[in-house]
Amino acid sequence: MECLIGIQFKDYVLIAADKTNAHSIIVMKTDENKLYKLSNKLVMAVSGESGDTTQFAEYISKNIQLYKMRNTYELSPLEAANFTRRNLADALRSRSPYHVNLLLAGYDEIRGPQLYYMDYLASMAKVKYAAHGYGGYFSLSIMDRNYLENLSLEQGYDVMKKCVQEVHKRLAINLPNFKVQVIDKNGIRDLEDITMESLKA
Amino acid sequence: MARRYDTRTTIFSPEGRLYQVEYAMEAISHAGTCLGILANDGILLAAERRNTNKLLDEVFTSEKIYKLNEDMVCSVAGITSDANVLTNELRLIGQRYLFQYGESIPCEQLVSWLCDVKQAYTQYGGKRPFGVSILYMGWDKHYGYQLYQSDPSGNYSGWKATCIGNNSAAAISSLKQEYKEGEMTLKDAKSLAVKVLSKTLDMTKLTSEKVEMSTLTRKDGKTFINILAGTEVEALISEFEKTEAAAAEASRKEKATA
Repeated sequence: MECLIGIQFKDYVLIAADKTNAHSIIVMKTDENKLYKLSNKLVMAVSGESGDTTQFAEYISKNIQLYKMRNTYELSPLEAANFTRRNLADALRSRSPYHVNLLLAGYDEIRGPQLYYMDYLASMAKVKYAAHGYGGYFSLSIMDRNYLENLSLEQGYDVMKKCVQEVHKRLAINLPNFKVQVIDKNGIRDLEDITMESLKA
Repeated sequence: MARRYDTRTTIFSPEGRLYQVEYAMEAISHAGTCLGILANDGILLAAERRNTNKLLDEVFTSEKIYKLNEDMVCSVAGITSDANVLTNELRLIGQRYLFQYGESIPCEQLVSWLCDVKQAYTQYGGKRPFGVSILYMGWDKHYGYQLYQSDPSGNYSGWKATCIGNNSAAAISSLKQEYKEGEMTLKDAKSLAVKVLSKTLDMTKLTSEKVEMSTLTRKDGKTFINILAGTEVEALISEFEKTEAAAAEASRKEKATA
């Protein structure tokens, strides 16, 4: 039902998540935040069982903060992704698994911008672009068609807009609002939400 | 009256000392010498080998230098059986970190974790402290080449050059004199190590079977750990002896002319 989209370019990475919170067939709200800041240059987008997503995202985020306090330096995106995957995999084999799908977008000086795809079975892959949820059926082909590594931030944002536009047009489920963030060498920044109105303009 | 406080590791004496910990440190000051030197392009550890019986089967190529993981090496001074337990623990800590985060453990974290274990043995009942000091050399992406030392109390510190074991105070003071801050290359470090060892060890002639040496360098984003062969150590020693002989000759001539 939910939709997460991430695209990694040459020197930044874009991440977007829909803002809909629905229970069975009822839409509860359309301004929920599904993007969690893990550290200065690391964002996690989560979807899945609604209690699990918050619980897991906060657990990971607090542990990454704790690491920073203990050691003065932060985990790199690769280390954070491995850590997240390990926790998800261990929980999966316990009595209380998390049903959480996620995307991790981060930046570090050594490896540059990175995007990691992870599902609730704790499979992980480093990818150029990825999507979770039904929205992936439409947005993935848009990204296949329009992706170029060295697109500018504006051009990258346009690709993201095209993806959301297609989700609005073809997906039977109502996902009106998307929150978008960019992560680059300067850190995390909010970009303008992609909504029905903003796409019309 | 000290005896009352000797028997337990966990009890302070009236003067505020922990005798068992001090005795452990004392045990180390009789052990084989180890030294470490940090250079700009790498780092090295050297250790004195005590067990040199020709009847001894050479099962182990190195007696007290151990690889801990892809990016770290340590050398130990003290009770060897205690050291084996600690190196095993070090490797476990390293692998646990790798398992969780997918990358090598940063140097200081490994040292710090092990020191927590060492500290516990000075506090909890029924245990004696580990009779081992350790030198660690390693590389990580945060601070580059690093040299650490830890002792039985669980204290640890970072160094540019240091020494543990027999006669270590003398070795440290000569390292202090000879260490050229910011100008050391690994080649200089090797010669310095041989020089300091030959002064420190109480034997007339240094031989290659008495010395173990290991280096750690980085190239193309990979760490290379090298345990020097006997012939390489032999070459370093003979080079040292040559320069020493030349210096002696020079000073003799100077005296003659004066």
